[in-house]
Amino acid sequence: MSDSRTDKNRREFLLQGTKFIVLTGVAASAWDYVLAGTPEAAPSYKASQHWWAMMIDIEKCIGCGGCVRACKAENNVPLEPYYFRTWVERYHVRGEDLAHPDVDTPNGGYDGFPEIYHADDGAKSFFVPKMCNHCEHSPCVQVCPVGATFEAPDGVVLVDSAYCLGCRYCVQACPYGCRYIDPRTNTVDKCSLCYHRITKGLTTACCETCPTGARQLGDLRNPKDPIHAFIREHKVQVLKPQMATGSKAYYNGLDGSVR
Amino acid sequence: MEETLLAHVQGFMYPNEMELQWSVLIVLYPFITGLVAGAFILASLERVFKVEAVTPTYRLALLTALAFLLVAPLPLQLHLGHPERSIQMYLTPHTQSAMAMFGFVYLWYLMAVLVLEIWLDYRKDIVLAARSSTGLKQKLYKAMSLGIDNISPESLRIDDKVGRFLTIIGIPSAFLLHGYVGFIFGSIKANPWWSTPLMPIVFLFSAIVSGIALVMLMYMVVSWFTRREISMECVDTIGRYLMYAFIIDFTLEMLDLIHRMYEADESFKSLDFMVQTKLFTSQILVQIIFGTLVPIGLLALPQLLKLSEQARKGIYLLAGSLTLIGIFAMRWNVVIGGQLFSKSFLGYTTYKMGFATREGLLPAIILLVLPFAILWVLVKLLPPWQDDTAKA
Amino acid sequence: MSDDDKGLFQNTRHLVRMAGIFAAGIVAFVGMRMLLVPEGFGRYGHYRAPAIGDNMKKPISYAGRDACAECHADVVEARKASKHVGIGCEACHGALALHTSDPAKSKAVKPKAAQLCPACHEQNVARPKWFKQVNGAEHSGGEACDSCHAPHAPEL
Repeated sequence: MSDSRTDKNRREFLLQGTKFIVLTGVAASAWDYVLAGTPEAAPSYKASQHWWAMMIDIEKCIGCGGCVRACKAENNVPLEPYYFRTWVERYHVRGEDLAHPDVDTPNGGYDGFPEIYHADDGAKSFFVPKMCNHCEHSPCVQVCPVGATFEAPDGVVLVDSAYCLGCRYCVQACPYGCRYIDPRTNTVDKCSLCYHRITKGLTTACCETCPTGARQLGDLRNPKDPIHAFIREHKVQVLKPQMATGSKAYYNGLDGSVR
Repeated sequence: MEETLLAHVQGFMYPNEMELQWSVLIVLYPFITGLVAGAFILASLERVFKVEAVTPTYRLALLTALAFLLVAPLPLQLHLGHPERSIQMYLTPHTQSAMAMFGFVYLWYLMAVLVLEIWLDYRKDIVLAARSSTGLKQKLYKAMSLGIDNISPESLRIDDKVGRFLTIIGIPSAFLLHGYVGFIFGSIKANPWWSTPLMPIVFLFSAIVSGIALVMLMYMVVSWFTRREISMECVDTIGRYLMYAFIIDFTLEMLDLIHRMYEADESFKSLDFMVQTKLFTSQILVQIIFGTLVPIGLLALPQLLKLSEQARKGIYLLAGSLTLIGIFAMRWNVVIGGQLFSKSFLGYTTYKMGFATREGLLPAIILLVLPFAILWVLVKLLPPWQDDTAKA
Repeated sequence: MSDDDKGLFQNTRHLVRMAGIFAAGIVAFVGMRMLLVPEGFGRYGHYRAPAIGDNMKKPISYAGRDACAECHADVVEARKASKHVGIGCEACHGALALHTSDPAKSKAVKPKAAQLCPACHEQNVARPKWFKQVNGAEHSGGEACDSCHAPHAPEL
């Protein structure tokens, strides 16, 4: 990035964001290192002091799709129905047949879920929000030939879109289907855990707009974070634990049929 | 576009899975590098293992390997979202990534093994050509000789020694080149269709099979075109080695298949369904029956029966062609097949190949023809036959 | 010229020359690497350190509920005792970072209850049982939800 561009960004942001910045202390201190021009070396957000994780409570998800809409708006995700940083799946499990659930995700849940099942069909139904698991041992990071996807010191798996070749190896390596190639840039994209927000003291767009609190951003390095109590008090699970990716998306109420 | 993509999906796929990531170009890549590795291993049969009968194909095999190796990175390059950034693989290679090592293995194999070995083997011819030609042609040969005219017996003896040493290094290098291509797929634990430790070795043996078949065909076709007599001892020997390699290859593939069926892990039902439906033609019919069992059977005939020269030639021609088709189908089934099912094991998508698109059928055909064009130039420049009279 | 009786030096000259070309190639490669490896690569790990900053720099669309509370204390008060207390303002009102940074320039739009409320409360078997759901057609016969329920405190 050139200095003049940074300056321009700075002025623009100052004009637009002054009020907002004054409002929240953390955001204001975050601003300091944006001003410093080398955000990664900023003193006020110390990446090494955080270890971000996501807590997803299936018992609370109502399938409104608010997270999907907020994510696409916040992160400028293409609107086509096969590009998602986060999406919601609907499971329908008949009887005890955990191996063959009916699953659908109409437009990733962006428009909600029109009712297609009957209350008395002897099955159970529930919603499962999905997103990048920000794995500690990410297969995607492992296979990237050039280091264009990496694990930041705070545990967030990020993409360097200015460096990505678009070889798509990481898309193949992700067991959870969390990555897509942005057709506008020909580079890979996926959930960044709203890195531009969480480093300013805000929560992610999906958590901010989840009406029931089914998604909670957590900082595992902050002893006061409620995520510790939540994991202690609930039976939590990660997706596809057999993949041993060190997933940091913890699910409560995860049914055995979910994959 | 979105209507058609969604229409291709049966059952449930994670939404980001609907688009296939790796196209027919990525099918070409292991196919072409396999031909390189196989052709080189056939060449080394003569050099290192002293299988004298295959001598007539030695130089042709090396040139074939070079022609295909020069084309090998093109499908990858064409497939990248940002081809201009591919230099980063050399600048900041991620050592944990199998793909990052491609650049280095490729350069090593191209420069240190193939180009050097061909140069050493042809040095005498190059110097003689430089002496006898004129004009631009002479300049070209002079440049290739690095401006050194010396072809004393002692210098040629040294060349031969160094060349033999290079071939010995070259064999593990060829194994590395293609074994690692198998590792690119075999090491993806997220994909049960790919993830098996057998993948590198299956790739390797199928590479040897395809390379031997290609050189055998090239030798016969080039001989016909240049009205040289085909050495039956040579093609009989190659045919025999092809059969041996093919039996090992098929055994490994069946081992993989039986293992999968017996273990029947969480992915099995989904993959089994895929093989019986979407992959039936390309896997069961083209790859296994017509691309493996039939050519093995054909190649076994000359071992079991006393056949006329003409019949044997026909058999080798047919078996070689079927082998190439079968190995191509194998690469297709690995690369494309590995993307047709959902990692949720609940659904399938379809691969729709474009034609005149960047990753369509047309560029794929061009990329398959290109090595033959390069080979034609190489054969003109560096004639593979030792003397210009037909060999008896 | 005679090819005989040349020493080892003469007979390996072409090999030395080839080795020289390889050496030059390797030197060129190392030189190119030194010039072209991007700044900050490898500072924290095998990636461009400035990429962390690139990820931080993107603009925000959702301002967050705390920003709303600075001006709209009345709504905070109204929601206090309601079941809707935990819902972020932008879950219903949409992304409002532009509004919070310049309230005069960008206005928040009042959402239409008839479309908004059913997104959460329309009956759906996949929704958890504890969650309040209605069959909209039976429940209100098409009348707008906010003619009875106040969205910020919907309890009657």
